[in-house]
Amino acid sequence: MHSDNEITPEMVRDSKIYQQWGLTDTEYQLIVDTLDRLPNYTETGIFSGMWSEHVSYKKSKPILRHFWSTNERVLQGPGEGAGILDIGDNQAVVFKAESHNHPSFVEPYEGAATGVGGILRDIFSMGAQPIAVLDSLRFGELDNAHTHHIVDGVIAGIAGYGNAIGIPTVGGEIGFDPVYAGNPLVNVMAVGLMDQKGMQVGQAKGVGNSIIYVGAKTGRDGINGASFASAEFSTEHESDRSAVQVGDPFLEKLVMDATLQAVRDHSDIIVGIQDMGAAGLLSSSSEMASKAGMGIDLDLNQVPQRETAMTPYELMLSESQERMLFVVKKGEEQVILDLFKKANLDAVIIGRVTDDGRYRLRFNDQVVADVPVDFLTHAPKQDLPMVAPQRLAILKADQFVPDVTDLKQTVLDLVGQPTIASKSDLFRHFDSQVRADTVIKPGGDATLVRIRGTKKALAMTTDVNARYLYLNPKVGAKMAVAEAARNIVATGATPIGITDGLNFGSPDNPEVYYELAQAVDGINELAKQLNTPIISGNVSLYNETDGQAIYPTPMIGMVGLLTDVSKATRIGFQNAGDSIYIIGETSASFNGTEIQKMQTGTIDGQLFEFNDHDEITNQKLVLAAIEQSLLASVHDLSEGGLIVGLLESAFAGHLSFNVVTDMTSEFLFAETPSRFIVSVAPQNRDAFEKLVGESAQKIGEVSDEDQMTIQSSDQLLQLSRQETQTIYQESISWRLKA
Amino acid sequence: MKAAVIRFPGSNCDFDMLYALQDFGIDAEILSADNNDLNDFDAVFLPGGFAYGDYLRTGAIAKFSPIMAAVIQAANDGKLVVGVCNGFQILTEAGLLPGQLQVNKVPGFICEDVELLIENPNTAFTNAYETESIMIPIAHGEGNYYADDATLAQLEDNHQIVFRYAQNPNGSAHDIAGIMNERGNVFGMMPHPERAVDAVTGNVDGQPFFKSILSEIIAGD
Repeated sequence: MHSDNEITPEMVRDSKIYQQWGLTDTEYQLIVDTLDRLPNYTETGIFSGMWSEHVSYKKSKPILRHFWSTNERVLQGPGEGAGILDIGDNQAVVFKAESHNHPSFVEPYEGAATGVGGILRDIFSMGAQPIAVLDSLRFGELDNAHTHHIVDGVIAGIAGYGNAIGIPTVGGEIGFDPVYAGNPLVNVMAVGLMDQKGMQVGQAKGVGNSIIYVGAKTGRDGINGASFASAEFSTEHESDRSAVQVGDPFLEKLVMDATLQAVRDHSDIIVGIQDMGAAGLLSSSSEMASKAGMGIDLDLNQVPQRETAMTPYELMLSESQERMLFVVKKGEEQVILDLFKKANLDAVIIGRVTDDGRYRLRFNDQVVADVPVDFLTHAPKQDLPMVAPQRLAILKADQFVPDVTDLKQTVLDLVGQPTIASKSDLFRHFDSQVRADTVIKPGGDATLVRIRGTKKALAMTTDVNARYLYLNPKVGAKMAVAEAARNIVATGATPIGITDGLNFGSPDNPEVYYELAQAVDGINELAKQLNTPIISGNVSLYNETDGQAIYPTPMIGMVGLLTDVSKATRIGFQNAGDSIYIIGETSASFNGTEIQKMQTGTIDGQLFEFNDHDEITNQKLVLAAIEQSLLASVHDLSEGGLIVGLLESAFAGHLSFNVVTDMTSEFLFAETPSRFIVSVAPQNRDAFEKLVGESAQKIGEVSDEDQMTIQSSDQLLQLSRQETQTIYQESISWRLKA
Repeated sequence: MKAAVIRFPGSNCDFDMLYALQDFGIDAEILSADNNDLNDFDAVFLPGGFAYGDYLRTGAIAKFSPIMAAVIQAANDGKLVVGVCNGFQILTEAGLLPGQLQVNKVPGFICEDVELLIENPNTAFTNAYETESIMIPIAHGEGNYYADDATLAQLEDNHQIVFRYAQNPNGSAHDIAGIMNERGNVFGMMPHPERAVDAVTGNVDGQPFFKSILSEIIAGD
């Protein structure tokens, strides 16, 4: 066995080049023992790609396998391109999240753009039409030019790709904290819609069936990007630009449309479809073979190439974008080849399915790799040690007490905090309306996208407050699920499923590994009670720069189903004279809050409590009230507490409020979970109060004045809506221009 | 009566336009830009998107696609030819409408509802409007209309400016959002009326646009 490159298997062994690719000595030795010979250069390279954490999840899998992922709706759980849920009428919703954190730090525009492109391929490779994209973004504070550069690049990249391919970017959230300065998070969630009969999976079944390569040519971009994403950054080596791919949304649109047409018209001859994502051609082909229990034989000379003299290692590990792999029934290939040719796309038979369980690569008439498929696709799992972080043991139980001496100024400062302030100046760069199905646009609690030709709509959101997890990983994770669900519920939709993006530091740090395990526990616990299985997800580890890890940030992407879109509710107040109610109890919940961060510059102390029962009860109450059409507006309370919730409902509805409460004024900033504010028209007041009983408290009325007032037990707060909204609206732009 | 919605490779508002036309009872179908014959159609719609990726100047490649000769023929025959967003950009590139769409004055794609003033209510595209101002979404990075002074004066004098922005979002000359040719059968606009036809999406200000076109097409039959 020889490859035409000059590095011999002995040189691979002696130079330990595999270490640079992320393989450990133990892993290398396991390969040698299992193959019963030295792996050659190409083989060592493909093991390094497939056994990287980014592809194999070898470190996170022992934890991830605990995820609950089955219920009556689940048609496809984790393990495929994306998860699929039954939404009735023989329709299904498909969704998944993916991270592009590392590439977006190095090359913000292309990193973010290709993040959008990659997750869309996951959706349409299942046979689903993508209908929406959401972004969960975390950046450092907006006080330095480098962060401005990253923010501008990421926003432009998402816009550049999503707008051009014509899938609306409908929502998500953006947060800022110094812990993300060296490790921004770019998580993209995509949602697709399909007829259940068009379901596709990424499997290579049937001996002799053909492997067809479709889409962009392969170049040297993103070589071994999966290994790059599985290592920490250091500021000395931060510019590893060659590991970042370049996106072409126009090409992807052609690939998407042609793929969906192939699924529509030729599902009888298509055996499997898989996109080429992390570890490119290598992982897509080997995973398809492994899932089907088959082998695969590829002729790399057939792979369409953009550059000359590419080696087998480069061809297999390139992460060039806009490429797909089809498995098509033997003898029927021409129909598929013609279809793609008509769309001006490369489509080439590059190999076939075998029954010997081997992963075999040929190049220039020589076999350059020949290894067992299952061995290649099943990295040795690692049970890593975990230990509760030191910091958690010493957190004080006392809750922070906000300084409300100058209440008005405190409120004005708070609404100008980047995490609280309106993100519309960033979101306006995204086409949120293409496809003309967007019912609730970005800026509400969740986005709502109607399903044309039905009365149904899908609600979608992404959420996590990582500060809560920093103080308590398990409870914080539950709160992330709870907030996502409240956002869905606030539109009138019932939460039906979760995708996650688990962004953590290095799993080799036992404290980080503990955080990951705790977070998964917390997500699971609440997901089961909400009946929202976790059907897909993504893990991004090693989010550390110079040993400084990010907060544990498990992004929760959630989808809800609204069966009658005409009942949709929004956050904005609707009419002067409507009554405002708060649903849920408010307690002294200040550790980890925005007000603590703003007033002390840090977050500290034990996280306040979360009550599963209250959360579920209050959500059900809101859904029941919406079902009976009793609510004029609904808004969940989260960062910034009651005061921010009231202001956002006022701004969205262009109306004000007069509120009276028996709480003292610092409680306006409490972030007690499980709460909503709703407004109710006079004619619905009696019915609403009868429905909710003691669970809701009337706190005031909607008004059409400019002045907004809150009379708490110790202070009267008066704010001009126009003045306050200007700060809320403009703060991000001011900071980006500064 | 039949309408064609032209799909260029990279068009992405083709279905939005098709559904809007069909919602108003117009017999419409999507036609690939590879075709070169529009004889069977009475009206032609060029939808939004990024034709051929628009990696060069917008519309610069699209104007060479096979369908464009037929579009020009349809315009010369007096048929309605409507371009929205990318379609408007293609019509200016093809010389069917004067001027040019440049990068927004503050560079960057913008998607938001904007107020449009109906400058000429007596056109095939506006005769069903009963108000002077409407809200219609824009979604573009290159909507900054430019024409030389003589052309602008001509557009003004001939009442060819159909829609103007109430607050100029992109730097367009004379706040121009939509114009027609002198004959009044070729029309282009940057905002997206096809995104404002369905009450469930929160805005129906695009409805009279399609009602106007429908009555024009029926009258022409």
